[in-house]
Amino acid sequence: MARALMSGDGSGFERFVEHFRTKIFRYTWLMCGDREDAEEVSQETMLKVFRKFDQLDTPEHVRPWIFRIARNECLMKRRKSQFAPEVELSLDDFIPAFQQEGEHRKLEIADWSALPDQDLLQGELRDVIAGAIRELPDTYRSVVLLRDIEQLSTEATGQILLLSPEVVKTRLHRGRLALRKKLDAYLGRKQEQPGKEGGA
Amino acid sequence: MNRDQIPPAASQDCREVFALLSEYLDVELPPEECSRLREHIERCAPCVEFVESLKKSIELCRKFQPDAVPGPLPEATRQELLAAWKKASS
Repeated sequence: MARALMSGDGSGFERFVEHFRTKIFRYTWLMCGDREDAEEVSQETMLKVFRKFDQLDTPEHVRPWIFRIARNECLMKRRKSQFAPEVELSLDDFIPAFQQEGEHRKLEIADWSALPDQDLLQGELRDVIAGAIRELPDTYRSVVLLRDIEQLSTEATGQILLLSPEVVKTRLHRGRLALRKKLDAYLGRKQEQPGKEGGA
Repeated sequence: MNRDQIPPAASQDCREVFALLSEYLDVELPPEECSRLREHIERCAPCVEFVESLKKSIELCRKFQPDAVPGPLPEATRQELLAAWKKASS
């Protein structure tokens, strides 16, 4: 789509707009947490994209290039609305406790093997994931969204967020650990419920 | 060392796994470091459990797509986008 538009062929214009407007809307919705802001940021991003379209160097770079513009728009929106202090996540906060069972060590975590694949993204769990992503501090959330939701490379993510690959890796890992911990707490609560019912 | 002989707390090796696990799973570690971690994970039951939980958590994120969609694009905005593209492409 980007290649055609770059060569002046507008036949894919509508598809390009809808594809990226939806992507940017979802990214900003998870970043800003507000539907109205997400609508505004996605429209403003698309306008900037087309105003600067001659600055796109190759079609292969279109996704990181657009997300870079979206990220800047998002930051501007946040500056206007609220000041969010930066929070640093420490690795030690995510190392689970160990318990001794006879001669064996066991982690104090939920039973993840009990999570059936078909239930992965249904109903309540979807809301839990969305909530867990939104609760991540901004610096970690932006990396997780680009690396794990958009599945961009470490390098492309670094280019969008103006971070070195090493910083992207560190923030991604801590963001993932924070999400794992929140999902673990949710699974733990779910697994306690049937036991209580069964024992009654 | 077999599983029964592992000391009863997060050992230095376990801590290293926790610290480097995303890079390990993303195949972004140097080969020798990757081998060292794999060797530890294979003989450490708590690390296996933690690796599996993080893998599943990442998988959930990768499969997750927000179901929210933007409202319809106003015609005036669409025309504005089209005009901006035509101007930049001319």
